[in-house]
Amino acid sequence: MSVTDVHEAAVRAHHEEWARVVAALCRRFGDLDIAEEAAAEAFAVAVEKWPADGVPPNPGAWLTTTANRKAIDRIRRESKRDDKQREAQMMRDDSPPEPSGAIDDDRLRLIFTCCHPALALETRVALTLRMVGGLTVAEIARAFLVRETAMEQRITRAKAKIKAARIPYRVPAAEDLPIRVSGVLAALFLIFNEGYLATGAGTDPIRHDLTAEAIRLTRLIRALLPANGEVTGLLALMLLTEARRTARISAGGELVALGEQNRGAWDRSLIAEGHQLVRERLATGEAPGRYQILAAINAVHTDARDVRDTDWSQVVALYDQLVRIDPSPIVALNRAIAVAEVDGPDVALAAVDRLDGKLAGYHAYHATRADLLRRLGRGEPARSAYDKAIDLAGNTAEVAYLTRRRDQLG
Amino acid sequence: MQYLVSVIDDKSGSATDDEMTAIDAFNDKVQAAGHWVFAGGLNAPSTATVIDNRGEETLFTDGPFLESKEFIAGFWIFEAPDLDVALKLAADGSKACNRRVEVRPFFGE
Repeated sequence: MSVTDVHEAAVRAHHEEWARVVAALCRRFGDLDIAEEAAAEAFAVAVEKWPADGVPPNPGAWLTTTANRKAIDRIRRESKRDDKQREAQMMRDDSPPEPSGAIDDDRLRLIFTCCHPALALETRVALTLRMVGGLTVAEIARAFLVRETAMEQRITRAKAKIKAARIPYRVPAAEDLPIRVSGVLAALFLIFNEGYLATGAGTDPIRHDLTAEAIRLTRLIRALLPANGEVTGLLALMLLTEARRTARISAGGELVALGEQNRGAWDRSLIAEGHQLVRERLATGEAPGRYQILAAINAVHTDARDVRDTDWSQVVALYDQLVRIDPSPIVALNRAIAVAEVDGPDVALAAVDRLDGKLAGYHAYHATRADLLRRLGRGEPARSAYDKAIDLAGNTAEVAYLTRRRDQLG
Repeated sequence: MQYLVSVIDDKSGSATDDEMTAIDAFNDKVQAAGHWVFAGGLNAPSTATVIDNRGEETLFTDGPFLESKEFIAGFWIFEAPDLDVALKLAADGSKACNRRVEVRPFFGE
């Protein structure tokens, strides 16, 4: 096995086994901090030893065993001081790794613990990326444009709260599951969106590492909760969005609007998979939730080989459905964009203007108004709407796109 | 494991008759379920006295240690196996007393 092969095996093991190893340690030792540290040490040992010793036949079991030893080492060091309970756990030293069924359950427990509603959404996101996704604190800090020490503190504080307040390491009871799953999905959607429309002047406009991680984690949750419609809906939504990623930024680094994208560059296999998931949900006949409706809207868009083939009345009908379960102004804004294609930009503009009080600080509100005003030939108000949108937009590619549009006004 | 559930209010002793009835019913339920440790309503912060006896002389200061618009008007202490159970009890308590509440764990045993 070449050095590259060993390196790839280590990277693959990290992707596939990290959450499993951490989750198993959490259950065994009842402590996220010990689990995280021991898992990180085990992977460091793998990187050091595998090139010389070769990749073990079962990397997952090797990593779990190594991490268990590391955890016991730490507990042994600490238990020299006081803790009787940890001393007792230490006695179970060389127990074999759990069968994989139970470990899958552990990963689900881990996700629900990291996304507990008693933790702030930004904390859930950070903790999930660290404990389940295996990203380093430095990587997470970079993704959310905060200093590494601040991110370290946020994660440390969260782990301490989980321990002190005794946030349980448990899959919620059936009656609590829908609301708890929606808390998990909100965190994953936030990770995906930060990747898909990254904020900050110094970052790439699309952070593929974050979108890929969000998709990977959502796939994991779907594997664990296959019958949950919203989980499937969110995965479909992410896939159908991710499929357009390469067409979304021009060679010059400018955002490309949906209607102007080169649809030949869309990823057909992601689209096929997304459509399949949307059909699967439709076939159940169950009332769809918000992610399923958003996925269906994206399925309509990705169904059209040419923007002129888009079934806009279907899109509006789906937004009507969405408004009924989520009457927020942002949904109303997105509905208005589809209305412009069916009833004309004047009707859409009237609907958008009604949202002024609620969305005045949101860049997409001004960008939408600017586009509608431009299409209605109202150059001056369009220009000032573009100005406001540019001022509020945080994504470099979007700023470039809006600036060109504004400068092209007659 | 014990949790302190503080009732947040800007007045003290302000519960209406309906709220008192709901609180009594909630308390009965908590006791029957074995979560009850203690509970009580607190008089206004203006009735508090701060004592500092770290030095040579005992110092008394009139009023609460922290002046704020909102304060702890009452509290429950629940016995619960984990935060999920404590949050459920606190949510029912919030409904019963018709106030916001804060859950804070004691140091674990």
